Amino acid sequence: MTTRIIVVTSGKGGVGKTTTSASFASGLALRGFKTAVIDFDVGLRNLDLIMGCERRVVYDFVNVIQGEANLHQALIKDKHCENLFVLPASQTRDKDALSEEGVEKVLKELEHMGFDYVICDSPAGIEHGAIMALTFADEALIVTNPEVSSIRDSDRILGILQSKSRRAKEGREAVKEHLVVTRYSARRVEEGEMLSYKDVQELLRVPLLGVIPESETVLQASNSGAPVIHTKESEAAEAYQDVVSRFLGEEREMRFVTYEKPGLLKRIFGGA
Amino acid sequence: MSWLEKIFGGTQPKTAQLAKERLTLVIAHQRADEAGAPDFLPELQKELIAVISKYVKVNADDIKVQLEKKGNYEVLEVNIVMPEAH
Ligand SMILES: Nc1ncnc2c1ncn2[C@@H]1O[C@H](COP(=O)(O)OP(=O)(O)OP(=O)(O)O)[C@@H](O)[C@H]1O
Ligand SMILES: [Mg+2]
Repeated sequence: MTTRIIVVTSGKGGVGKTTTSASFASGLALRGFKTAVIDFDVGLRNLDLIMGCERRVVYDFVNVIQGEANLHQALIKDKHCENLFVLPASQTRDKDALSEEGVEKVLKELEHMGFDYVICDSPAGIEHGAIMALTFADEALIVTNPEVSSIRDSDRILGILQSKSRRAKEGREAVKEHLVVTRYSARRVEEGEMLSYKDVQELLRVPLLGVIPESETVLQASNSGAPVIHTKESEAAEAYQDVVSRFLGEEREMRFVTYEKPGLLKRIFGGA
Repeated sequence: MSWLEKIFGGTQPKTAQLAKERLTLVIAHQRADEAGAPDFLPELQKELIAVISKYVKVNADDIKVQLEKKGNYEVLEVNIVMPEAH
């Protein structure tokens, strides 16, 4: 199998790219694929915290690009699952340290090392760092919240993907796009105050890979430094499992997207 | 929320629908821009407002001009909300 490079991107900040990168990469590794996840957010590294490997960071992505360390030294083996490696971002450099040739070299080397998947956790925005994260992508997870600015920014990043990626520039087959709607509240959708995932999909016209519900377990997982996909009895974890399954071509029904209205008695006497 | 609203359901506006309508326009514009849409649209809009204002009283916001791609065609859509007749 040749290496597939997958960018996790959104345009807008804080929508769940790093959360998704961590769980998606872990999910692929749990299925037995040799996977690397790279933090492209140079200057604002976070993936290491979410993966729980912050204390083992010695060298980073920029060190490798600039020849100050080799890739083997910089890759951190994940402690939660086999087959998974983290390449942290540099905390002290600025985003321009990511040269296109440098990024390409690292990706080529990962390919030679026999990685099946390389997940690129993009920084927010449409500047250099975000462009570098998507330049070499074969596929893209577009992470979107059901909210106006996130949806508009996702559309922007789709346009950039379709013009600035290597695949686009070289006129090869387009980057395969997948929509991941996160922080979804079925209750608020039911009440007409949040766009439904179907609305989001209709607006962006990208095939839907999954819907991740708003869930407290995401914060708990980041507190403890284990990607949420490992959390037992968490809806977000199961939704991420479904995302991985669908990505690998298995059929899974959408879960956690409907809300049961509490009955009249419940509304009078308690809760809601 | 009062207890009455809790039981019978409040009368909150359904803002999601509004969001969708607004996004539909925004995204159509954005995609047209990326496809290299002609840049005469703002100017056209201004002139249309000027011409129409000669005959009826309209606000700038009541006139929307947009170019949409439908298959092989480009459709220039001009929407004018006329003031209610009295
Ligand atoms: N499904 C979810 N339910 C609840 N909270 C979530 C969910 N997904 C993400 N969050 C929270 O949203 C915040 C932002 O998430 P995350 O860091 O993954 O976003 P990001 O897109 O990577 O941000 P940035 O653009 O800054 O890199 C975090 O506090 C995270 O815990
Ligand atoms: Mg992030």
